[in-house]
Formats: sequence, C-alpha cells, structure tokens
Amino acid sequence: MLKLPIYLDNNATTPMDPRVLEAMTPYFLEHYGNSASRNHPFGWEAEEAVDYAREQVAKLIGADPKEIIFTSGATEGDNLGIKGIYEMYASKGNHIITATTEHKAVLDTCKHIEKLGGEVTYLQVQPDGLIDLKALEAAIKPTTILIAIMYANNEIGVVMPMPEISAIARKHGVLLFTDGTQAVGKIPVDVNKDGIDLMAFTAHKMYGPKGVGALYVRRKNPRVKVTAQIDGGGHERGMRSGTLNVPGIVGFGKACELCMLDMVEDTKRISKMRDHLQIELLKLEEAYVNGSSEHRLPHVANISFKHVEGEGLLMGFNKNIALSSGSACTSASLEPSYVLKALGLGDDLAHSSLRFGLGRFTTDEQIEYTIKAISETVLKLREMSPLWEMYKEGIDLSTIEWAAH
Amino acid sequence: MAYSEKVIDHYQNPKNVGTLDKSAKNVGTGLVGAPECGDVMRLQIQVDDAGMITDAKFKTFGCGSAIASSSLATEWLKGKSVDEALKIDNMDIVEELNLPPVKIHCSVLAEDAIKSAINDYRVKNGLEEIKFEESIVH
Repeated sequence: MLKLPIYLDNNATTPMDPRVLEAMTPYFLEHYGNSASRNHPFGWEAEEAVDYAREQVAKLIGADPKEIIFTSGATEGDNLGIKGIYEMYASKGNHIITATTEHKAVLDTCKHIEKLGGEVTYLQVQPDGLIDLKALEAAIKPTTILIAIMYANNEIGVVMPMPEISAIARKHGVLLFTDGTQAVGKIPVDVNKDGIDLMAFTAHKMYGPKGVGALYVRRKNPRVKVTAQIDGGGHERGMRSGTLNVPGIVGFGKACELCMLDMVEDTKRISKMRDHLQIELLKLEEAYVNGSSEHRLPHVANISFKHVEGEGLLMGFNKNIALSSGSACTSASLEPSYVLKALGLGDDLAHSSLRFGLGRFTTDEQIEYTIKAISETVLKLREMSPLWEMYKEGIDLSTIEWAAH
Repeated sequence: MAYSEKVIDHYQNPKNVGTLDKSAKNVGTGLVGAPECGDVMRLQIQVDDAGMITDAKFKTFGCGSAIASSSLATEWLKGKSVDEALKIDNMDIVEELNLPPVKIHCSVLAEDAIKSAINDYRVKNGLEEIKFEESIVH
C-alpha cells in the first residue's frame, strides 16, 4: 500500500536511517558524558565513542581520523574552511577562486571575505554546469591561495571533475577546498585520489542527524591549517572549540559506515529509479534535463517543463509529493534559481523546473505514482497556459513584446 | 506556504479556462505579464451590443495564486457591464482569495488583464483607449 506523502527532496535533507538512531540513543540517556572530561568514566566513554565515529567518518572519504574536524554542519564547515584559510594564509595572498553555482554557504562566505579586503573570482560554468578547466587555470594569480569548487551541485546534481581541478591547483601551489555535502556518502569520494585539501560535509544529507558535520583538513602533502572561527577551549585540535555533540557524532559515524557498506547497492537501485523517472517524464513534450546527464549524482534529476510555471506545477501534487522547484515563487526573493540561470537557461525555463532528489528509502511504487501525478499536472496546466497555446500555434515567444512589470 | 481554500478550489477547478476568437470585433483580449517574471495572464471578454460582458475566458502561466486570481476575475466579469468591470480592484481579489502579501502582484496582474482586455475591445470598436495610472508590480 502506497503511503503518502512521498519524499523526493533528499537534496534538502534525508530521513535518518533507523540504524543510525539506534546507535545514537545510548549517548543521550546512559553515556551522556562530555568527551573532554578526562578524569571519569563518563568522559572516557564519550571520548571513545567520538574517536570511533571519527574513524568511521575518515574511512568513508579515505582520510586519516586526525584530519576530521567535527562541526555543526556543512555551512559551518564552508565558513571554517574558507575563512580559516583566508586568515591563516594571509601572508601568501588574498585571492580565492570559486564558481557562480556554489551553495550560498560558500558564496556568502566569499562575499564576506571581499568585505574584509580579499579578492574573489567567481567563475562562470559551462551550459552543462561543469567548470571550464582552462578558465580556472587562467584565473590563478600569484596571490591566489584557494580554489573553492563544490564536489556536486545541490540543484542539478552535476559532479565536478575533482582530480582535474586538483591537478591545476597543485601545479600552481594553490589549496583546494570543496563543499562535498551532496557527494559524500552518495558516490565514492577519496580525498587522496581526488587531491582535496579541505572538504566540508554533513550528516543529514546521508541519513544521519541534523546539526553535525565535518571539515576535512589535510595533514600531509601539504600540511594544511585553518584559523579557528570559534574560540574557547581548543577542542578539535584548536580549530573548532565547543563541547562535542557526542550523540550526533556517533550518528554521523554510523551513517558514514552505512553509506560505505550500502553505496554500491543503493546506487544501483536508486539510479535505476531515477533513470526510469527521467525517461518517462521526458516523454512529455518540451521537457528538458538541466545540467550534465553524464557527470551527475545517481539520485538527482532536474527537469524543466516548458510553458508551465514551477510553483503552479508543485501545487498540483505537493500535498502528496515533496519536491522542490527553481521557480521564483518558491523562494522569498522572487528571483528564479541562480544556479539554473548560471547554466544560461532563460528565466522562463528556470521558472519551469523541478528538482527530484531520490534516496535510500525511495520505492518503485513511489516513482510510478510520481510519474503519473506530474505528467497529469503538466498536461492540465498546459491546457491552461497561454504560452503553451502560442507555442502550439507556432508563435515564437521571444518575438513578443512582453509588458514588463 | 499554505494556500487558502479558495485558491486551492480555483486551482483545482478553474472556471472559464479557454480561448475566445481574438479577431472578433466583440472580443477584447488582454495579455499581461512576462515569462521571465514567472507569470503571464491572458484574459478575454465577449461583449454584446448593450455593453454587457456575456462571456469571459482566461489562460494563465503562473503559480496557483495567479491561476486563482484570473479564474476569479472571469467569474466576476461575466454579467457585468464594461463600465462596471472597470471598477474591479485588485484588492477585492486579494480579499476574496485571502492572498498573502507576496502574492498581491498576482491580483494586480489580474486587474491589469481586465483593463487591457477592455481597452482592446474599445479600440476595436472605435472608442478611445482609457489611460490608466501605471500600476506598480513586482
């Protein structure tokens, strides 16, 4: 029996895996010690649990446990990674290179750095959402200290060529930071094979709890250091003070372990459902996939349905299917998705997009329901759309002088 | 954001979706908005010799509130005289549909569509275009 509503917004957050909750529970009620309490069993238990989780987290990304700094999530990791490098390497330079399709946690941090007197280059991406490696290399200057490019994009799922980006960074002696939020736990990420120096990621996008994440900071070849952004107590090797969220960290560790164990199976099953969903929805006329289909996360599809507005479309089924749209109306700003616009999509196509984020708990039955509900709503709204009527009459919409309002 | 019941009802059962013959002399067509802004409304009225609106149709590209605003507008237009139709104010639509502040522009668009359709009808029938004050939208 199909249970509604269906959750297809796994890029926003994932449900917790029950096995993660099971691992966490004792650390609320029985082993509630502070991991920094060095002189009694409560502290020792908590410290041991944190150490174990640190190993689980490190293993998933091919890192050493000492290279994991626990944070409150990816936004904090992005802030600590970028601001921390900017401060620590101030004597070397003040220039950072990033891209226009980054998450706001990176873009707003970069804006902050500009206010502090730093210089930031925002690279345009190609129409498929990938970075232009030549443009990246050309942007490097003697003052460049950091390249900050996300591993995979949250809106379109496009996966950046990390080893190639790293090769350029290494060649010029520039550090590489990546926001790995959407990629870690979903696809194989290895900080050494990928040549990553710093990486922020978070538990709640990989079936772990909210409010806990990590910043990977390389310790060898080269040894990287960041200036702490939160002071007090010198936890996490002085890079991030504050009592550790022990139950959260235990859950994060368990979530990482499960992702590692289940990745091959999960990917096989989820990508099959995603492909089926995409094939069926593209049977509708004038439906397009946004971003590269080749270099893409296995569980994501971003599709525009031309001449239908995204929020209007969502309204047709959002009581039963949880999805997100690039339409302006779903945000407070009235501006459509800046990521889709960066791909060169017109505002009209950006307004018409839906983002599908499948997950570990998505079922075939849910996908069948979704295909049917969305197809029906698109057809119904097109019957109501003056743009669709004009398109069908062969009118070129770009030749119409729209009354700007 | 939760929609009001009336918005949901108009969205699910829109009234008067369709197309009138835009070349007919007794039909006025208003096309307002822009695809870039995420909403386009086309509203049409059919007027009899006595100046009464006998039919009204719409098609809208936009969010649920835009669809509901235009659907409601066509309901209100039918049976009104052209002069009465000119008195429909966007705030009446806001009130009837319980639109939140971020959706007020949908009602303004509907009011603009009504005025634009009336002007189209007037021009076609040798009457002078009415100059409206610029409405402030978005």
